[in-house]
Amino acid sequence: MSTAPLWPDDDVSRVPYRVYTDPGLHAREQERIFRGPTWNFLCLEAEIPNPGDYRTSVIGDASIIVVRDRDGGVNALVNRCAHKGALVCYKPRGNVSEFTCVYHNWTYDLDGRLTGVAFRRGVRGEGGMEEAFEPDAHGLRRLRAAARNGLVFATFSDRAPDLETYIGPAMLAAMDRVFIKPVRVLGYHSQVLPNNWKLYAENTKDSYHATLLHVFHNTFGIVRFTMGGGIALSENGWHHLSFTERAADGSEREGAEAVRSLKEQYALEDPSLMEHRLELGDRITNSIQTIFPTLVVQQILNALAVRQLVPRGPEECELKWTVLGFEDDDEPLEALRLKVNNLVGPAGYVSMEDGCIGGFIETATRSAPEGRSFMRMGGTAVEPAGASRVTEAAVRGFWRAWRDCMAL
Amino acid sequence: MTEAEQAALAARIARLNTAYAHAIDDDRLEDWPGFFAGDGIYRIVTRENHEAGLPLAIVHCDGAAMMRDRVRAMRSANIFEPHTYCHTIGPGEIAGTGDGGHTARTNFVVVRTMQSGAMSVFACGRYLDRIVEDGGALKFAERIVVCDSRSIDTLLVVPL
Repeated sequence: MSTAPLWPDDDVSRVPYRVYTDPGLHAREQERIFRGPTWNFLCLEAEIPNPGDYRTSVIGDASIIVVRDRDGGVNALVNRCAHKGALVCYKPRGNVSEFTCVYHNWTYDLDGRLTGVAFRRGVRGEGGMEEAFEPDAHGLRRLRAAARNGLVFATFSDRAPDLETYIGPAMLAAMDRVFIKPVRVLGYHSQVLPNNWKLYAENTKDSYHATLLHVFHNTFGIVRFTMGGGIALSENGWHHLSFTERAADGSEREGAEAVRSLKEQYALEDPSLMEHRLELGDRITNSIQTIFPTLVVQQILNALAVRQLVPRGPEECELKWTVLGFEDDDEPLEALRLKVNNLVGPAGYVSMEDGCIGGFIETATRSAPEGRSFMRMGGTAVEPAGASRVTEAAVRGFWRAWRDCMAL
Repeated sequence: MTEAEQAALAARIARLNTAYAHAIDDDRLEDWPGFFAGDGIYRIVTRENHEAGLPLAIVHCDGAAMMRDRVRAMRSANIFEPHTYCHTIGPGEIAGTGDGGHTARTNFVVVRTMQSGAMSVFACGRYLDRIVEDGGALKFAERIVVCDSRSIDTLLVVPL
């Protein structure tokens, strides 16, 4: 590992390539970002509707249990037994009345409080736990947890502000726009990407690449920079929203009846996957929102999803998609969502390239840890300039957040 | 169906599966939609979603036109590191024959080879098929590709 200063200046438009490969930085991210003052998306409330329903998730490298409490609240517990450090939940989801570590049957209630230690008093007066043992000091670590729009977040940190302050008013409004009613999970995707997690995080904030890398757009005529849209950043620059909207041409009907087909514009033999039923009260066709560090909220036509980015060592990450509809979707709308989802996911017409592009950078920068990128579309500022999406302002915002947390 | 008819059907389905796999492995993808009835369904799903009754697919084609669009997009638009597949397919098991055609299951393994030479088991699982007579040939009215892994390495562009 190099001993030279990682980032000798304040310039977040020039990222040192070492950040994509350095194991020391990966370890520091665990401490300062994932166990630091950030709120991390875990799962949807809709996935754990009933008391005792749990699923496991992750914050950085740490396995987390998310469980619906008896009083309807949601708890986030570090999935590590207080005895030997074993995983308490080794299945991804289930329903329990209490948690039992399989190794020595230590039991915890849904708050993570230790309720039982097998053979604590020994057998026939012999053996057993030391007298001074205090069960209350040996629970599962419980994190600060909060939900917003049915999305569950948690933080390891006492220093993080409350969730809504963390997200900020501009980004809260963007979330409210998508989550207008209760959601239903339509399924999951997962991709393992051959690159550092930050390359995918940057990519989701990089509106500049959209029509250039994803040639499907141009070839089949879907999104052009000449369409309306823009970029918004959270007040501190950490989170972002990029959106595209159709110009009003007066020919469209609004509301549930307004199943609008754009098929005449496309060179697809079957353009039905490009149909868009306007459902969120506006004309926005694509909206990608990021909440630092690892959440993406996506609306592409009627394809709604949240994506959770999971680092897996310095040179690999997993992208977990939870694809959504609304609880009250009728059958044609659900069928439309399933079809539109051809655009996204591991085989998505406009997303598959995001699976490999990070690997192209990982491969090429590995040999140049001292090198730096040059991301000055729109200058060096973290603020977006006007309505243009031909800017890297949001990517620079990601690095502002990263440096704030990492103190580097 | 007599035993001889059953054997003949099994042989025809085996030939269909073999021709399908070889068309993909030999990069004759323009032939791929032709293995389906015109309104045929092709979906790639994970076992996780399939067993949970969740309808999401990784690839979801309703009709051969959507399959032809997939191939055209792959040839003209999508960007990915070049790679090839090698399918190994098990003997098919014909579960039954009804109004909707023959239902069959065939296991598969796909090894992916990248241009670097790196090889990996990219996918394994089962084809759940409904097969119909169509103009004197057997075609897939429905092929659901159920992948055992919940995860795809990097991306999926070539059909399984």
